[in-house]
Amino acid sequence: MADPMKIRAQIKGDVAEIRVLMSHPMETGQRKDSDGKIIPAHYIQTVTVALNGKNVVSGQTGGSVSRNPVFGFKVKGAKAGDKVAVTWKDNKGDSRTDEASIA
Amino acid sequence: MKKRIMAAALVSLCGVLGLSFATPSLAQKKDETIAGIEKYREMLGDDNPAELYEMRGEAAWKKPAGPNNVSLEKCDLGLGAGIVKGAYAQTPRYFEDAGRVMDIESRIAWCMMTVQGISEADMRKRPFGSADKPSLMEDLVTYVVTASKGFKIAPPNTHPQEKAAFELGQSIFHVRAGPYDFSCATCHGQDGKRIRLQELPNLTKAADNQRAYIGWPAYRVSTSQVHSMQWRINDCFRQQRLPEPKYMSESVNALITYMAVMATGAEYKGPALKR
Ligand code: HEC
Repeated sequence: MADPMKIRAQIKGDVAEIRVLMSHPMETGQRKDSDGKIIPAHYIQTVTVALNGKNVVSGQTGGSVSRNPVFGFKVKGAKAGDKVAVTWKDNKGDSRTDEASIA
Repeated sequence: MKKRIMAAALVSLCGVLGLSFATPSLAQKKDETIAGIEKYREMLGDDNPAELYEMRGEAAWKKPAGPNNVSLEKCDLGLGAGIVKGAYAQTPRYFEDAGRVMDIESRIAWCMMTVQGISEADMRKRPFGSADKPSLMEDLVTYVVTASKGFKIAPPNTHPQEKAAFELGQSIFHVRAGPYDFSCATCHGQDGKRIRLQELPNLTKAADNQRAYIGWPAYRVSTSQVHSMQWRINDCFRQQRLPEPKYMSESVNALITYMAVMATGAEYKGPALKR
């Protein structure tokens, strides 16, 4: 099981600023280890954000994104106390969802 | 690979800045380069993956472990058993129970041994981890130091042994040795020096010590991991072409004491993001 994400969600007017820090190796599949063997690709492919259970962001990512990536989103029409759920899925079928309340 | 991409990003950032000036003087050009590097740092700044270490470290701190199956919550980091907040800012310090001056890592290690009953050999097995497999110490130390964010750096420097450690650290800083006859001061004893794009703080001065100290331990983008202060010194011994120092040895702790005392009064910022 992957490590938890760190989610910050703050309201500014009627826009929620959401920032997510994810723990993931994001291997490109192009690097070699010290024995010269290719390190298999392992990266997040989809990221979704739900606000009170309703999908508001869905995106695709690839191997060019750095290890332990940070993503930022702005969501309109949110209010303090709303529940934000962020989910990622990677190319090995692993996934993780974490939640936070908008402050 | 990632390292090369970072370097390319830096070069292009500086390139753009350089071009916007028709005939910059040398001094101007240098300022622009530094401004470019600072801009890059700022862009990287806000969200620091060190927080992932902090979260893991907090969980590890509170989880019963070792032969005694107890957590580290009873550990006395200098402000009393169980107090983590602000403790790092007042290290290195002399600990009566251990009878010597300890930096934060030495103290955490001490607690792993005395509170949890972990053997010294086990504790020493893997102080510095890798991006793929961070060490337990890196997680713990990130948690502990982050709890001093906003506190003023204030190692006591009053006990005779604390004063002796400062003196020892200061003298080691100036000892020249190794195949190139380098001392710490060779690279860190003048203002405004750089090796490639890495600015070299003048660690004989309080102001530069303050700037450097408030950002260590640090998350390094080129290695995708948190490095501790013990690692920083270890890696500078390597750059000095000296034999690898023993982890938490008296001389490494003395150098850390020297830098901490020199940095006194600065507000600790928590782990920084480095190139
Ligand atoms: C051969 C040159 C060299 C020597 C000798 C050297 N260092 Fe360094 N030091 C560097 C470089 C280069 C960096 C920056 C590294 C980087 O950013 O990757 C650095 C970084 C540091 C930093 C972190 C500064 C910051 O702002 O992040 C500290 C602290 C430090 N050195 C202490 C020491 C001590 C103590 C010694 C003596 C044991 C020493 N160095 C010897 C080259 C050297």
